[in-house]
Amino acid sequence: MSKRLIDLQHITKSYDGQVVLDDLNLYIRENEFLTLLGPSGCGKTTTLRIIGGFETPDAGNVIFDGREITSLPPNERQVNTVFQKYALFPHMSIAENIAFGLKIKKKSKSYIEDKIKYALKLVNLDGFEKRSVDSLSGGQQQRIAIARAIVNEPKVLLLDEPLGALDLKLRQDMQYELIRLKEELGITFIYVTHDQEEALTMSDTIVVMNQGYIQQIGTPEDIYNEPTNAFVADFIGESNIIDGMMIEDRLVEILGVRFPCVDEGFGRNRPVDVVIRPEDVELVAPEQGVMEGDVTSLIFKGVHWEIDVVANGYEWMVQTTQMHPVGSHVGIRVAPFNIQIMNKPESSDERAVETDA
Amino acid sequence: MLKKSAERMYLFLIFLFLYLPIIVLIVLSFNDSKSKVQWGGFTLRWYQRLFSSSSMMEAFGTTIFVSLASALIATLLGTLAALGIDAMKKRGQAIMMGATNIPLLNADIVTGISMMLLFVRFTRLGLNTVLIAHITFNIPYVILNVLPKLKQSNRTTYEAALDLGATPFYAFYKIIWPQIRPGVFSGFLMAMTMSLDDFSVTYFTKGAGIHTLSTMIYTEMRKGIRPEMYALSTILFLIALVLLLFMNFGPSARKEE
Amino acid sequence: MRNLKRQLLAGPYLLWMAGFVLLPVGVILYYAITTTSGQFTMFNITSITASVHLKALLLSLKLALACTIICLALSYPLAMILNKIKGKKSSLVVFIFILPMWMNFMLRILAWKMLLSNNGVINTVLGYFGLPGLDVLNTPSAVVFCMVYDFLPFMILPIYNAMTRIEKDIIEAAKDLGAGSVTIFFKIILPLTMSGVISGIIMVFVPALTSFAISDLLGGGKVLLIGNVIEQAFMQEYNWNLGSGLSLVLMVFVIASMALMNSHGEEGSAGIC
Repeated sequence: MSKRLIDLQHITKSYDGQVVLDDLNLYIRENEFLTLLGPSGCGKTTTLRIIGGFETPDAGNVIFDGREITSLPPNERQVNTVFQKYALFPHMSIAENIAFGLKIKKKSKSYIEDKIKYALKLVNLDGFEKRSVDSLSGGQQQRIAIARAIVNEPKVLLLDEPLGALDLKLRQDMQYELIRLKEELGITFIYVTHDQEEALTMSDTIVVMNQGYIQQIGTPEDIYNEPTNAFVADFIGESNIIDGMMIEDRLVEILGVRFPCVDEGFGRNRPVDVVIRPEDVELVAPEQGVMEGDVTSLIFKGVHWEIDVVANGYEWMVQTTQMHPVGSHVGIRVAPFNIQIMNKPESSDERAVETDA
Repeated sequence: MLKKSAERMYLFLIFLFLYLPIIVLIVLSFNDSKSKVQWGGFTLRWYQRLFSSSSMMEAFGTTIFVSLASALIATLLGTLAALGIDAMKKRGQAIMMGATNIPLLNADIVTGISMMLLFVRFTRLGLNTVLIAHITFNIPYVILNVLPKLKQSNRTTYEAALDLGATPFYAFYKIIWPQIRPGVFSGFLMAMTMSLDDFSVTYFTKGAGIHTLSTMIYTEMRKGIRPEMYALSTILFLIALVLLLFMNFGPSARKEE
Repeated sequence: MRNLKRQLLAGPYLLWMAGFVLLPVGVILYYAITTTSGQFTMFNITSITASVHLKALLLSLKLALACTIICLALSYPLAMILNKIKGKKSSLVVFIFILPMWMNFMLRILAWKMLLSNNGVINTVLGYFGLPGLDVLNTPSAVVFCMVYDFLPFMILPIYNAMTRIEKDIIEAAKDLGAGSVTIFFKIILPLTMSGVISGIIMVFVPALTSFAISDLLGGGKVLLIGNVIEQAFMQEYNWNLGSGLSLVLMVFVIASMALMNSHGEEGSAGIC
């Protein structure tokens, strides 16, 4: 169990009278890839900036490697940031950009030259030393921004939605690059994004945030398979969230049908939210299912078919590799371990976000 | 904290430096005494004298006419020019913009003299020559205000209009014009202000018969300062204030940042 | 082709420029290199070396330089302070500092003549404090004073505009990489505002160098600048050839500044618009 590198204690922050973070507590371990995930305005970027030193919390402490650094300015912290819009210095060459932090630390000329070469090689941009910033594409600028940050050998690298402006293929390539970089450099990555796929791909730990509160912390698998509330369930991946009644341990009733499940401790005859992932819904012959319904929509997504089935008054979202034509009558089955029980939301931030889709 | 108050102090000092002369001028314009330092009571007589001085009023009228007329014509020519330049290739645009820079960067004494030398060969110096001179140095300001707006405008909506059946004129009027209108207005206002302010170019191109306010004040100042001039400066300051307010905060100003 | 037809719209402007910008330059050139009887001569131009003319030129250079340096020293900190003001206040504050610029040029000279005269406001105030009076009227100092007052906004605007164009996260990135305020100023802010500084310098130096009205009204005939020499050549001595020749010398400075401007990729008074 690696040690705690960063400890955020009771962090509170407001802007213009609006509370952005309310008594936030979070610790980050050495060498982990931790992602702050959530919709715009949830407070994830603010949290990152507080770690980086660009914002000071109204209340609370930031502990770094045992030292309290809450009011320490950014240029004295051992963290480096990769900015969302890259923030490369337009009047300097690539080499000068990368060397900037090293020159301030008064490193020798040969040291700097070696480091520049090493950094460019690391991000697969060998030979780009003399190029100007505006001659580079978005993806290349992004990699230079990363290079510029890592040459300073920070203990922690902060990344603020760095892949947002890149197209899909490039984004996916860069995600693998970042994982590789983390392994090779052996430093802590703190990553901010609103893209849940990105978070699932790259992270060791995901922190799901909404409206300034942490909703859930866990590994990608935990978050995906066992979301603790409707918000998390809805934000991560697609899901069917259905009103249910917990009859007793390991038995839940939804849409008039009782399903055996594996969760315990939710009480007797209590209303709960039930989450079933679309890929976990099995479509079978009508007489083999626990309920029956009709296919109302069929869309080919390449990886699978996305099928809507109306059964017992609920529109099920199903993902399967088998095609079922619109109008066909099917049966529905769900294995017990694929049924996730959650408590009903207690506050607005725990509710699933409404979109007009 | 020390830094902040030092900054405020500096701002205040510069502010004082810039506005002290103006404030004193305004105060003196109401001073019922010719002294520059003693207050003799509130009066409007300098304003009365100003308005009853026919030479002053004539100069005032000339000034307004020249700035208005030259600004209008410059706006017309300049807007057309901007439209034309925008349609040029990079090379052509660079040459045109370089040429546009010439009146802007040229010392106004050289502009005035060179135009005078040209004019006297063909005609007498007078209102017309002043007008032409003003138009000449006003057009670049119009271009520099309209062209950026043109470049920022959305080309695809123009093409969409054509696609839907509009003639180029109609599409221009409905699509492009609303987008460049703020630039045209601000160019017009800027041209007017430059005209109102000008001395050197007018000085050389006006000949003997006419005066604008600037040249009239110049002639008067060589003899001495009359309090009517304080009244004049107050009025002109107010005009500039209104014009600038209009330019910056009026309907033609769209906040970009 | 639509493009070609559009380009024709610039035709009237082109004609106007040819007639009223280029042609006048040609005329001045003609007078500069001819005598009154029309013969070719370089005398008009070389007469810049005559002691009177040279003295005037050197004085002009000296005063213009002083004015430019003072304007720069005052404007840069001002631009930095103004840049820190955020939000709605910022356009109001900029407006306040730009407004005096739009007041009539002559009247600004009038204002200083009034303030600086021996029985004027400044001397009276100084008198109250028992301080010696300023006898600056009719000296080069008065001229520089007024020049600074006149041209200061032309230095502030381009620098301020250049500064506002610096993206905020570049400054943060520099801090993130370990830079303190001094480093940030010299390595980031200064280089990125250099184009504004150059714009400002040109917009102050050239008018200051070529001015004649200020020295005329505040110098009392004792401060003779090259602009005055040229004006006198035309308006009093009616020696158009000499005047043109001397003007040509002035134009060298103007052309030099245009070249400087072009090499920095700015368009005209880009700082102003």
